[in-house]
Amino acid sequence: MGDPYLADGVVFADVLLAIGKAVVAFVVLLVSVMLMVWFERKVVSRLQNRIGPNIAGPFGLFQTLADGIKLFFKEDIIPTRADRFVFQLAPYLALVPAFLTFAIVPIAGDFNGDNDGRVSMFGRETFIQVADLPVGILFFLAMSSLAVYGIMLAGWSSGSKYPLLGSVRASAQAISYEAALGLSLASVLLVSGTLSTNRIVDLQAADGFGGFIPNWNVIITGFVPFVIFLIAGTAELNRPPFDLVEAEQEIVGGFHTEYSSIRFALFFLAEFMNVVTLSAIMVTLFFGGPAGPDLGFLPGWLWGFVWFFTKLLFFLFTFVWFRATLPRLRYDQLMDLGWKVLIPLSLGWLLILAAIRLARNGQIDVVEGNEFANILLVIAVGIGIMLIAAILLSMAIRTARETRLKERGLVAVAVDGAEEG
Amino acid sequence: MTITDEPAADTGVPETRSDGQLHRLPRRDAVLRMSEVRAAELADSEPLDGENDQTMLMNMGPSHPSTHGVLRLMLELDGETVIRSKPVVGYLHTGMEKTGETLTYLQGPTNVTRMDYASPLFNELVFSLATEALIGIEIPPRATWIRMLMSEMNRISSHLLFMATNGMDLGAVSMMIYGWREREQVLRFFQKVTGLRMNHNYIRPGGVAADLPDGWRDDVLHLMDMLPPRLEEYDTLMTGQPIWRDRLQGVGIISADEAIALSATGPILRSTGVTWDLRRDMPYLAYEEVDFDVVVGSYGDSFDRYAIRLNEIRESMRIVHQILEKMPEGDYRAQDAKVTPPPRARIDESMEALIHHFKIFTEGFKVPEGEVYVAVESPRGELGCYIVSDGGPKPYRMHIRGPSFVNLQTMPHMMADSLIADAVAVISSVDPILGEVDR
Repeated sequence: MGDPYLADGVVFADVLLAIGKAVVAFVVLLVSVMLMVWFERKVVSRLQNRIGPNIAGPFGLFQTLADGIKLFFKEDIIPTRADRFVFQLAPYLALVPAFLTFAIVPIAGDFNGDNDGRVSMFGRETFIQVADLPVGILFFLAMSSLAVYGIMLAGWSSGSKYPLLGSVRASAQAISYEAALGLSLASVLLVSGTLSTNRIVDLQAADGFGGFIPNWNVIITGFVPFVIFLIAGTAELNRPPFDLVEAEQEIVGGFHTEYSSIRFALFFLAEFMNVVTLSAIMVTLFFGGPAGPDLGFLPGWLWGFVWFFTKLLFFLFTFVWFRATLPRLRYDQLMDLGWKVLIPLSLGWLLILAAIRLARNGQIDVVEGNEFANILLVIAVGIGIMLIAAILLSMAIRTARETRLKERGLVAVAVDGAEEG
Repeated sequence: MTITDEPAADTGVPETRSDGQLHRLPRRDAVLRMSEVRAAELADSEPLDGENDQTMLMNMGPSHPSTHGVLRLMLELDGETVIRSKPVVGYLHTGMEKTGETLTYLQGPTNVTRMDYASPLFNELVFSLATEALIGIEIPPRATWIRMLMSEMNRISSHLLFMATNGMDLGAVSMMIYGWREREQVLRFFQKVTGLRMNHNYIRPGGVAADLPDGWRDDVLHLMDMLPPRLEEYDTLMTGQPIWRDRLQGVGIISADEAIALSATGPILRSTGVTWDLRRDMPYLAYEEVDFDVVVGSYGDSFDRYAIRLNEIRESMRIVHQILEKMPEGDYRAQDAKVTPPPRARIDESMEALIHHFKIFTEGFKVPEGEVYVAVESPRGELGCYIVSDGGPKPYRMHIRGPSFVNLQTMPHMMADSLIADAVAVISSVDPILGEVDR
């Protein structure tokens, strides 16, 4: 498939278009990050009974700009024990993947009718996204894995103990939650049958169940993959309640403890950019991206933009809400949640979805010819197996825990399985 | 079912507390016994041979976001696990006890009030009680009840501060602001009564500095109406929060035996199930005349200490309500010419009164020879004041038994074999005020 403007040879207008799109995406991302920092500070302030930035510009909108300028003119300190080259490189390693991921996000487009998100620009048909890669989702996974290198190397190269702890936490967290993130994505890929973000959005633009419920993947995949994606994504972003990598109260600031000046600002920027990008990916994969009804009075392609940013704003608010509400998890609790809950659950859910698909295609045909009964049967059997697996897993976990405690000279005093409540 | 390698008698875990929670065996080597000099040498030296060099020494503090001021902890870490630890104190040492020997008994409260800056009125109270015990004067009932009112309000504000910092240390940053918001209201009341938000110098030998201002009853009632719904909010935000419970339950466990052996008092001792509260066990002021419960925990973990403080706010409010009913009329300071300056009007009429006034505020009043120890229940535990008098107007020796200082030594035992995040939770739940630790 790919972007239609590249379909029939490349002309000069196409080159201009590609450059134009890259620049626009860059600017949109930067501006939205700037607004996101302001938005977060403002919302958290209101939730915490404060006022928040209100001096720089109208409603304090330019606060981020002011902070950026201030940081830019601060002294750039490199600790004596730091590995200078890696220390200087790390912020860019964190920043670049955050930028690149945004390239695959369709931020607007006309998905009504048979348009498939195509709009007409300078006489060329095109999608409103920098690149519609055939392997779009894999690209996202690759970039989110790469982003952790910046954090890990930053902590490692600082030559200091707190950042080191932060970077160890970062790498463990990223590896653990990558798996859950990937598995929950696999559910989306299973129902969509494509890796291209444009196609995924296009499929969700169709009329859904009953004609009025949107055909969003969040519904089609049964909500669970979305919840897992949201949790794993929050962990991937190092956002509260999973911000152990920074954990100001524990390891002072984690990987960026030793950073100052513009290098610190780059980390800060990368973090918020990742928030925006991951929210955008979430909207794209589960909530139909820019797809939405054309309510008239605006040009068709603009409606995509409106819908996209409305949905995006919702998730951005969710992340801020998390931060204002939840205490931080402990390192071992984070690992437990990842490995013992999210990964088995997402894997089980993926298998159930696959089985349901087989039943719908008639490949599982126990009750002859009755598709509905077959699906019900598959769901029942699937949930049964998941329950058995969950019981086995919890037994295994308990045994392992008791053995471990015994080895460490700790006692487990338990009475009739009574849980303190 | 008990899984243990050792006989149960050695665990120090009373069987009544077998409840599905984890209990740590008391470790005798939880304290890192290494001088700071040696630690600094180790930091600069090359790593020892690989096999035996598995642990890392890390300094937490004195300037760390969650060491509650300038506490320094030397942690011996294996990965993220704290093996041994050692609290290092003295970064806020200002020699207040020594300074106390150069100040008259009337100036004393301004000095001691700066020790535990989160509950200053208790310091003034214990110093005044000690001085009064030495002189042997009775203070009028209204002064006693005013002191009680102010103490309990201060207990509320101090525990609210704990709620704020405990929330913040565990990553619930909004809680910090909420706790401060409520504390601010109490401090406003203090400001109205004493003129200051902290370091009041309000409770003085012989009574209190001034009578309660007009409308104080409405102010207190307003506070008492405001707090209960806010405390309910805390319950929603924290007590019932699964992450919050996971972070605190079973963390920083200390047994009753250990706590007593380490002289821990206050919420730390009560969290182990020992009902020890000086207000009830060694009553001072008029605590015998009010009805309140001593809140105790059962597991000795950080969650218990949190819950105890939260419920002690409620108990203090109960006491305040009773004080409002029983507040007697009368004088707010003892009419003992020895410690109380003559009224302003007398100074204009009488030369003797003027001289007397001058003498009290310059030389101070003389206190009979002797020594005394008085203790009160501060929000952090037993706050004691020991004064030796040589008959002069200044204490020969003044010593404060700061509960924060004594409680600090439970820390290594609570945080052994736990993660760094738990260590932070433990520091927070001990709730030390470094001004009182270092004095």
